Amino acid sequence: MSTLEIKDLRVSVDTEDGPKEILKGVTLTIGDGETHAIMGPNGSGKSTLAYSIAGHPKYTITGGTVTLDGEDVLAMSVDQRARAGLFLAMQYPVEVPGVSVSNFLRTAKTAIDGEAPKLRTWVKDVNTALEQLNLDPSFGQRSVNEGFSGGEKKRHEIAQLELLNPHVAILDETDSGLDIDALKVVAEGVNRFRAQEGKGVLLITHYTRILRYITPDYVHVFVNGRIAEQGGPELADQLEAEGYDKYLRVPTGG
Amino acid sequence: MTLTDNPVADAIETTAPGTVLSHLHPVGSFEVADHEVPTGREEIWRFTPLKRLRGLHSDAGYGAGATSSTWNTPDGVRIASVDGDEARGLRGVSGLVPNNRFVARVLAEVPSTLLVDVPAELEVTEPIVVDLTGSDASVTEAGHVALRFGAHSRAVVVLNHVGHAALAQVVEVKVGDGAQVSVISLQDWDDDSVHLTHHEATVGRDASYRHVAISFGGSVVRMDSNVSYAGPGGAAELLGLYFADEGQHIEHRLFADHTAPKTKSHVVYKGALQGQGAHTVWVGNVLIRKVAEGIETFEENRNLVLTDGCRADSVPNLEIETGEIEGAGHASATGRFDDEQLFYLRSRGIDEPEARRLVVHGFFNDLIRKIGVPSLQEKLMATVELELAKNVLKDLD
Repeated sequence: MSTLEIKDLRVSVDTEDGPKEILKGVTLTIGDGETHAIMGPNGSGKSTLAYSIAGHPKYTITGGTVTLDGEDVLAMSVDQRARAGLFLAMQYPVEVPGVSVSNFLRTAKTAIDGEAPKLRTWVKDVNTALEQLNLDPSFGQRSVNEGFSGGEKKRHEIAQLELLNPHVAILDETDSGLDIDALKVVAEGVNRFRAQEGKGVLLITHYTRILRYITPDYVHVFVNGRIAEQGGPELADQLEAEGYDKYLRVPTGG
Repeated sequence: MTLTDNPVADAIETTAPGTVLSHLHPVGSFEVADHEVPTGREEIWRFTPLKRLRGLHSDAGYGAGATSSTWNTPDGVRIASVDGDEARGLRGVSGLVPNNRFVARVLAEVPSTLLVDVPAELEVTEPIVVDLTGSDASVTEAGHVALRFGAHSRAVVVLNHVGHAALAQVVEVKVGDGAQVSVISLQDWDDDSVHLTHHEATVGRDASYRHVAISFGGSVVRMDSNVSYAGPGGAAELLGLYFADEGQHIEHRLFADHTAPKTKSHVVYKGALQGQGAHTVWVGNVLIRKVAEGIETFEENRNLVLTDGCRADSVPNLEIETGEIEGAGHASATGRFDDEQLFYLRSRGIDEPEARRLVVHGFFNDLIRKIGVPSLQEKLMATVELELAKNVLKDLD
C-alpha cells in the first residue's frame, strides 16, 4: 500500500548565469499499484524529476511538495528516502571501485530492512536475482559498476530493484542503450516487481519501445518542465506515430 | 638543470662516457664529505620539512639502544645482527652507492647490520617478521638492514616499525636470479617519531620483487624506495598505502631504474589525508636506459582528501633513453569524496557514514588484496577503520 504524491513541484539548478528553473510545477499522483510512464523529448526535465524525488544535491526544490503515504519526502535525507521505500534505477549508474557487488547489495539490504538479511536465504536470493537478469554468479565479486557494459549496469539496477523491493520504483531511462534481448530481460524484472501487491512504478523514457513490454496504466507527456498531456496507454501509441513535434511547436517562452 | 659547485653535482659533469646524465640518477659516493648538508632547496629535499628531522639529514649524533629488534626465524633462514667485516661487506650489497648525506653516513658510521639471509632455492612459507620497536624519540639513531635472497628462493619479509623513534635507516635488498620476494615495510610509529629511510633493491634475472610501503604513524616519515635490475626479465611491483592525519608529513619517493632489457616496473601508491596540516608527497621517478629495450613500466598515484586543510603533492617523472619499449605510462589523481558515489550508495538506503566508509575501504581494498599476506591484510583493514573513526566518521554527527 503506497501512494507517491507530487504537487506543484518546482526545481531549479545552479548555472553560471544563476539559478535556472527546470521543473515548473509538476503535479502527479502514483496511486497504489499503478504504473505511470513519463515520456518526453530530451531536455524536458524528466530526469530532473527522478533525481529530485531521490534527493540529489544538485537540484534545489523551490516549491511544491512530494509525499509518500503522507510523509514529507522532501524533508528526508537521500538515504531516508530509500529506507522509506523509494528506489531510483539510474540512467548512468556510478562506479564504486573496490566495493564488491555482493558487499554493496548486503549493505544496502541491511540498511533498508534495519537488520542483516539471513545469510542462507540471502545468498540464494542474490543468486536468483542475478540469474533472472542473465548475470553470472561471479558478478557478485566485481566492483560496483566498474567495467560493466551498458547492459550490465542496467540489469544490475533491476537486480537491486528486486532484492531491495521498495514501495515505489522510479526508472530513469532504464531502456536506453539496451538491445532488444536485454530490454526484454529488464522488462521481465520490472514486471515481476509490479506483479506484487501495491507496488508503484514511475517509468521515465524517451522511447515507446519499452512500453510494449511494460504496459503502463497512465502516460504523461512531459514538455519544458511540465506535464503537457496525459492519458492511458493509447497516448503512447499516438506518440509513437506522431512524435513530440506537436508539443514542441507550441511556443514555450523558453 | 643548473649545476652548482657542490661535489655531487661536479661528479655529474665529469662522469665517464656511457653513464647517464640524469637528474633522476646523480652519481653517488660512499664518502660522506662528498655530500653537502641539504638546505631544502634541492629537488630531492624540496618537500621535506628538514627542521623536523632532528638532524637526521645532516649531522645528528647516532645514539644506541633506543630501538630494539626482534624476529621469528623460519627453518633455514639466518637472521642476525652482524658487525665487523661481515657488516662492512654488506654495505652496498644492493648496488647502492649513496647519493645523499644521510645514506652515506649510515653506511659509513653504523657499526652493525641486521641481516636476513635466505639461501638459494629455499621456499619460506611463513612471513619473516622483524619488529623494530622504538622506546625514545629523543635519541637519534641509525640502522642498516640487509635482506639477501638467494637464487630461486621465495620469501616474504615484513619490517614492522612501531613505538617512539628518530631513525635514519638504510634497507638494502638483493634479489637473486629467479627469486620471488616480497618486502613489506610498515610504518606505524607513535606521533612523536621521525623516520628517514632509504630502500634500495637490485632484482636478478627473471626474478620478481614486490615492495610494499605502508605508512600510517609518525610525525615525519620519508621513504625512498629504489629498484634497479641485475639482469633481463626482472619484475618489480612497488605498492604503497599511506594515511596522513593532522600535522603528519608522509613522503614516498620511488625510483625504478631500468638498467636491463625486458624488465618491468609497476608502481601503485594510494593515500588518504585528513586533518589540518596533513601533508603527503609522492614522487615517482622512472628512468629507461638505452640498454633497457622491451621494458614495461606503469606508475599510478591516487590520493583521497577527506577534510579541509590537507595537502597532497604528486609528481610523476619519466625519462626515456630508448624508444624500443613495450609500454610506459603514468596516472595521478587527487580528489575529495566523489559526490556521485556517495549519492549512489545513499540512494540505496546506506547512511552517509557507512557510504563514506565503503568508499574509503574500496579505495584501499584493491591495493590491500595485492599484498598477499592475509593476516596483514586483515590488520590493515582494521587500521583503515581506526583512521576513519578519528575524523571522517566523527565529523558527520
